[in-house]
Amino acid sequence: MSQGLIQALADQYTVANPPRRQFLKIAASVSATAAGGMVLSISLPALSQSKQTQAYSELDNGKGVLAPNGFIRIDKTGEVTMIMPKVEMGQGVYTSIPMLLAEELEVDLHTVKLEHAPPNEKLYADALLGAQVTGGSTSIRALWEPMRQAGAVCRSLLVTAAAQKWKVAAASCYAKSGVVYHDASRRTLSYGALVAAASQLPVPKSVVLKDPKDFKLIGTSAKRLDTPDKANGQAKFGIDARPNNVKFAVIATCPVFGGKLASVDDSRALTMPSVLQVVKVDNAVAVIGTNTWAAKRGLGALEITWDEGKSAAVNTRDLIQDLREAAKKPGAVAKKTGNAASAYKKADKTLSVEYEQPFLAHATMEPMNCTVEVSAFGCDIWVGTQIPTFAQGMAAKILNMPVEKVRLHNFLIGGGFGRRLEFDGVVQAVKVAKQVKGPVKVIWTREEDIQHDMFRPYYFDRISAGLDAQGKPVAWSHRIVGSSIMARFAPPLVKNGVDPDAVEVSAELPYALPNVYVDYVRVEPRDVPTAFWRGVGPTRGTFVVESFIDELAHLAHIDPVKYRLDLLSPSPRLKNALQTAVSKSDWGKPLAKGQGRGVSVMHAFGTFLAMVVDVTVNDQGEVKINRVVSAVDCGMTVNPDTVIAQIQGGVIFGLTAVLFNEITIEHGRVQQTNFNDYRMLRMNESPAIDVHLIKSAEAPGGIGEPGTAAIGAALTNAVFSATGKRIRKLPIGQQLKA
Amino acid sequence: MATLNINGTTHQVDAPDDMPLLWAIRDIIGLTGTKFGCGIAQCGACTIHVDGQATRSCVLPISAVSGKKITTIEAVGETAAGQSIQKAWLDQEVMQCGYCQSGQIMSACALLSQHPQPNDAQIDAAMSGNICRCGTYPRIRAAIKLAAKEGV
Repeated sequence: MSQGLIQALADQYTVANPPRRQFLKIAASVSATAAGGMVLSISLPALSQSKQTQAYSELDNGKGVLAPNGFIRIDKTGEVTMIMPKVEMGQGVYTSIPMLLAEELEVDLHTVKLEHAPPNEKLYADALLGAQVTGGSTSIRALWEPMRQAGAVCRSLLVTAAAQKWKVAAASCYAKSGVVYHDASRRTLSYGALVAAASQLPVPKSVVLKDPKDFKLIGTSAKRLDTPDKANGQAKFGIDARPNNVKFAVIATCPVFGGKLASVDDSRALTMPSVLQVVKVDNAVAVIGTNTWAAKRGLGALEITWDEGKSAAVNTRDLIQDLREAAKKPGAVAKKTGNAASAYKKADKTLSVEYEQPFLAHATMEPMNCTVEVSAFGCDIWVGTQIPTFAQGMAAKILNMPVEKVRLHNFLIGGGFGRRLEFDGVVQAVKVAKQVKGPVKVIWTREEDIQHDMFRPYYFDRISAGLDAQGKPVAWSHRIVGSSIMARFAPPLVKNGVDPDAVEVSAELPYALPNVYVDYVRVEPRDVPTAFWRGVGPTRGTFVVESFIDELAHLAHIDPVKYRLDLLSPSPRLKNALQTAVSKSDWGKPLAKGQGRGVSVMHAFGTFLAMVVDVTVNDQGEVKINRVVSAVDCGMTVNPDTVIAQIQGGVIFGLTAVLFNEITIEHGRVQQTNFNDYRMLRMNESPAIDVHLIKSAEAPGGIGEPGTAAIGAALTNAVFSATGKRIRKLPIGQQLKA
Repeated sequence: MATLNINGTTHQVDAPDDMPLLWAIRDIIGLTGTKFGCGIAQCGACTIHVDGQATRSCVLPISAVSGKKITTIEAVGETAAGQSIQKAWLDQEVMQCGYCQSGQIMSACALLSQHPQPNDAQIDAAMSGNICRCGTYPRIRAAIKLAAKEGV
């Protein structure tokens, strides 16, 4: 994306989009301590209860219900509805957040109803991200305290209401499973019966929370609330929205980034059965039909002429050359400890290498889609999004409509991984719907979804180190070159030219190193759009750091686990995770020909993780992953089985990328099209993955992304152990083939 | 006009012969449990049963299923294998985002109907056409084994 466009987007966000402006302000205020990216490992005070209560009164919350905050509503029948400020995209928040609420509210988890939160920054902003955003593995970290407070405040109102009715001290009453008890008089009242009285009481600002040792629900592997409907086809994703009289649109966007629609001959398409309309937007054309198939066939019948623009000549190798050129000059300093340059000169042994990581697509199983109706009454948007307020704000801006007139209905998300942190698909659908009478569902084909993704950037890293006579690293120097997502997404977070996401992990190493220099050179891949991806900065950073530390261990002739352990004194939790993973693995046992074993560690998202991977590489250079052993310390866990599931899934997501995936550009176009040439790990290739949770009383860490971030280097280190070939450019792809 | 027998109900569908069954099911009949993933039979999200066989509906023209019995995720729970697979899926907490799981479950049910006690190779053969981006494969394997153990 060009500098000009980034600036334009930044202006748009800061000037025209109030939610975004608020996000930026808050985000900027916490950036000073940001170890990186979206993931601000700091604790902020809980969302102010009084502020939320005030904001909630602005909503039409009906009468005869108890709704002391934006997260809980109890009606007179005692039915408890929990309003989910985060979106469910598989990470389990539609269970873990209700667990936090239910623990303090004292209701049975499986009796609660769930509702998607509407866009509302005042009520539902994430305290870590400063906006109503689901991403960066922050959900539990941000909501750990506010959700328990919300539950506790509501419970205290119900208990007080009961105590007042019975004319006894509130302290002599308690709540359990939706009922308030007074044992001395053997009286009970259900929550439903107390709703009217409790809703008249002043809402306390805060309530003393349970001691973690008294948790009954938190820390247990509760059954998920969202899964029964996912097993019988009843779960509704954005693509399943069916407003009355919905029409269906299939769209073609200019295949060249930055290009425009020049002209289109739609005469043949418009004669086809069930084709209703052809709609042009700046860089795309859509066919509207009575069903998706008709629209798709209509699209195929269009004669489209694109104005491809200046990027039509761009190839991946040009973009890589841009990065290599830029790497010659110093960048913005992200970390400086001691004097790496002079220590390097005095070192006993040195090593200097380059790593490259490709553009990656998200390829969520649910292709991008968005259903929109623009009418005299405003705009309705049906979509699964990680950023409901930003999407709402952008629609309002396009339609020149007050934000309140845009009603965004959020849905379950069929895979996010950062893709649905962007509103490009919503913007496009609104522009189409503006020209269509009645609701229209815009569906991207898989080809559109892959070719018009916003990609994990291509990164080029140059890293060097000097070892002393004992093999210890005495100098460490690292230059990171690539796109800055933060500069577009949250410009104030970029300080002195350093994108905290791009340098995450690299700038805050867990190892004891006396002389460290890390700098960052921002280079945008011309018109190729870039965005967050699962594991954001830590996926990139951990691959480089954990590959390189392995290379140093090899250079020093020291076992890679021992080498790390000797350097991990600054990070006892990470050291413990490594020791745990190693003890559960076959580390140190003999390897047959073609077998290899690799290790990596990661500290990010407030979580500490270590992995050991066993592989076999056959004579054809095919990699088989035999087993992954991981140990994770993510502090206190809310739903341990979900933590395990997230590590397993994160590992498979990471393995897919490292083994197979790269998006390449030729003549300004993405060359990959679908799952046949952008391939995914499948059942027959999926290894056994052991996850060992380390018990901890520390604050919860994030868990959606660590598995993906940690697995890459563990795999390539295992490949090195098996073959002696060091993988410095991802994906592994054909590199091991004879 | 095609006649489709879906989940025991007959539907008259006004659509061209070459329309893939997926779009007839989703857009015209309005059953949204069957998912669109790739459109080229590479991901399995659209898997349904045609006379009990797991089939990718995104490339199956409606003209090919006239007179045949089509079952979708909405009704597979009415079969013994379906019930047992759905229960195992929940017992093992297989699902994450869940988007691919209709297809996974349909493939797994067909597998169990054919091989009540599938071994790993049979599981691989039956399930490798279904992609899961959340990476639930280890749990899918465990759930199939659980369902097989508990009997259909």
